[in-house]
Amino acid sequence: MKNDKHVLSILVDNEPGVLSRISGLFSGRGYNIDSLCVAATLDPKISRITIVTTADMPVIEQIKKQLNKLINILKVYELTGSEFVEREMALIKVKAKPEYRAEILRIVDIFRCKVVDVGLNHYTIEVTGTEEKLNALLSLLKPIGVKEIVKTGIIALFREMK
Amino acid sequence: MKLKGTEILMRVLKDEGVDTIFGYPGGAILDIYDELINTDIRHILVRHEQAAVHAADGYARASGNVGVCLVTSGPGATNTVTGIASAYMDSIPLVIFTGQVPTPLIGNDAFQEVDIVGITRPCTKHNYLLKEVEDLEKIIREAFFVAKSGRPGPVLIDLPKDMMNATINYKKAGPPQLKSYNPNYNPNIKQLQKVINLIKDTKQPVIFSGGGVILSKASEELAEFAHKAQIPVMGSLMGLGTFPGTDPLWLGMVGMHGTYRANMVTGNCDLMIAIGVRFDDRVTGKTDAFASQATIVQIDIDPTSIHKNIPVSIPIVGDCKAALKSLNKLLDKENTNGLKKKRTKWLDRIEQWKSTRPLAYAQSEKIKPQYVVEKLYELTEGKAIITTEVGQNQMWTAQYYHFSQPNHFITSGGLGCMGFGLPAAIGAQVARPDKLVVDVAGDGSIQMNIQEMATALQYNLPVKVVILNNGFLGMVRQWQELFYEKRYACTRMEVTPDFVKLAEAYGAVGLRATKPEEVEAVLKEGLSSSKTVIMDFVVEREECVYPMVPSGAPITEMLLV
Repeated sequence: MKNDKHVLSILVDNEPGVLSRISGLFSGRGYNIDSLCVAATLDPKISRITIVTTADMPVIEQIKKQLNKLINILKVYELTGSEFVEREMALIKVKAKPEYRAEILRIVDIFRCKVVDVGLNHYTIEVTGTEEKLNALLSLLKPIGVKEIVKTGIIALFREMK
Repeated sequence: MKLKGTEILMRVLKDEGVDTIFGYPGGAILDIYDELINTDIRHILVRHEQAAVHAADGYARASGNVGVCLVTSGPGATNTVTGIASAYMDSIPLVIFTGQVPTPLIGNDAFQEVDIVGITRPCTKHNYLLKEVEDLEKIIREAFFVAKSGRPGPVLIDLPKDMMNATINYKKAGPPQLKSYNPNYNPNIKQLQKVINLIKDTKQPVIFSGGGVILSKASEELAEFAHKAQIPVMGSLMGLGTFPGTDPLWLGMVGMHGTYRANMVTGNCDLMIAIGVRFDDRVTGKTDAFASQATIVQIDIDPTSIHKNIPVSIPIVGDCKAALKSLNKLLDKENTNGLKKKRTKWLDRIEQWKSTRPLAYAQSEKIKPQYVVEKLYELTEGKAIITTEVGQNQMWTAQYYHFSQPNHFITSGGLGCMGFGLPAAIGAQVARPDKLVVDVAGDGSIQMNIQEMATALQYNLPVKVVILNNGFLGMVRQWQELFYEKRYACTRMEVTPDFVKLAEAYGAVGLRATKPEEVEAVLKEGLSSSKTVIMDFVVEREECVYPMVPSGAPITEMLLV
């Protein structure tokens, strides 16, 4: 069986303990969480959790069924397999010695990122995009020297019918 | 109307039909107990909180109602965890109320504080921490609804002390409204029609019946279905009693210690209709080899049970009773006259498996534990409610007591929890004072909750305890004999109390048999007593449960006597 990346979008009651029920389900049953994002929706009583997991088909089916069984879970959507937009944001702190500054800014320009903090020896770059874009950017910045990185994890929504 | 938290609690409990609570008081729960004595709800004071949950479990299974527990915070709450986990695995509807330290102290490591909601999250169907007294009624009503609907299970409510003392303007809440929880009871009729078509075509079908049939009270429908379709029935451990143990179509239990014929049927069937089962590893053995020639139909109310361990060709999500009713109706439209003839060859083959390899044990001068269970079956005419502990005592009971009614075999199936039998018997006896209730125990497991003898005596509950006393942790010793070259590491119970004296010390009756010829007399005397009785049967020390499928082997590869 093939292990593929699956993006799940889950609507839940915005209550304490709900995230723990979900993470506990994943850890207790040996499922993976590659990334996880939580925030309230337009309705403050409901939160949306976006989970990226890697699993084969029988396991992803089981994950969805197990999630649906939790009382506080209102709806589980799997985005993978249909049209959806995904974005992830990262802040990347790059070593910025004088000889590399122009090069870094050129990369920032190409990838349409922003420099959000500048120091004598670093730039902090804000980038938003798909996982692929973030990885491509990182592969160019790594040889120059990445000091630190923080990512939000993937958020995603279905595409509307055009 | 102004009401205190405790008053609301009692009012809603009465309204939910609660007449019995199993519990143990303590600091954080004192206010509730102070209110409880003003009601006519019966409280059974156990001697350990674990036993309160097992007793509520036994009560729920014997009565078909929700079992209710009340314990204090901290250790009172943590002691319930084993009982809750057992009820969760066996899908038993319970509501457990735990006391909690006052809200302002939560998180401060207060005296007898524990995060019981956090601890029990993975072993409850759902749980709640009460934060506003205004939510109390809503939460209790939800808890009872969740516990008994869909696939039942235990629900825990944590009640901080200050919430119980608070007074609010009480307004009666309506029925519970859960946004997304909505179990699907009605099976898809198209899927059911597929099953009917298969029944007509296949030659070697089998029905595999489990605890779900008991929970949905579908035994009558199952019997009708099996007879109409002329399909033999085998049970999981939890499915014993779903189908008459004396019926010619009954195959016995399937699995690690299943009957030879049931296990052989599993390996040779071409259609398996699984109803209310979850294909536990103790049933399937090696999953690739399980019913490998069969089209598998699975009917279950819990979608997660389907495709979890065994791939299924026809999944049917719904209530077992509703599904069986529909199947029976669909069968009525068909011409079933030819079915009996069509199955003759298959049923003959099964009969051959049965006659060549019946359940058997070698006789000796010592008391054989199987013989004790056989005699127990004979003397009670199969009508007693039987609870068990876990291990050899449990398996011999499953094999040699031919259960014919649902809700008569009460055992910790999924969790396999020693110490379950005595408190469960107490709960069953509370639910069914008209019934003879017997706990079949081992000398190891009876000692895990032996203190509950005092509970039985305090409430004049005439439960009977049959101890198959072999001086070993028998099932573990069996594995050591068969798979660890008889290295009996730490399974010898070198010191065991004198169970006759112990019974007498509790104020119960103690009896003992050491020779086969004494067995019947001791059972007769013990079973006919109106008191709580311990019967100590000193049995063959190194007896094994057969058949046995070694862990991970195909289910048809059995070790036999």
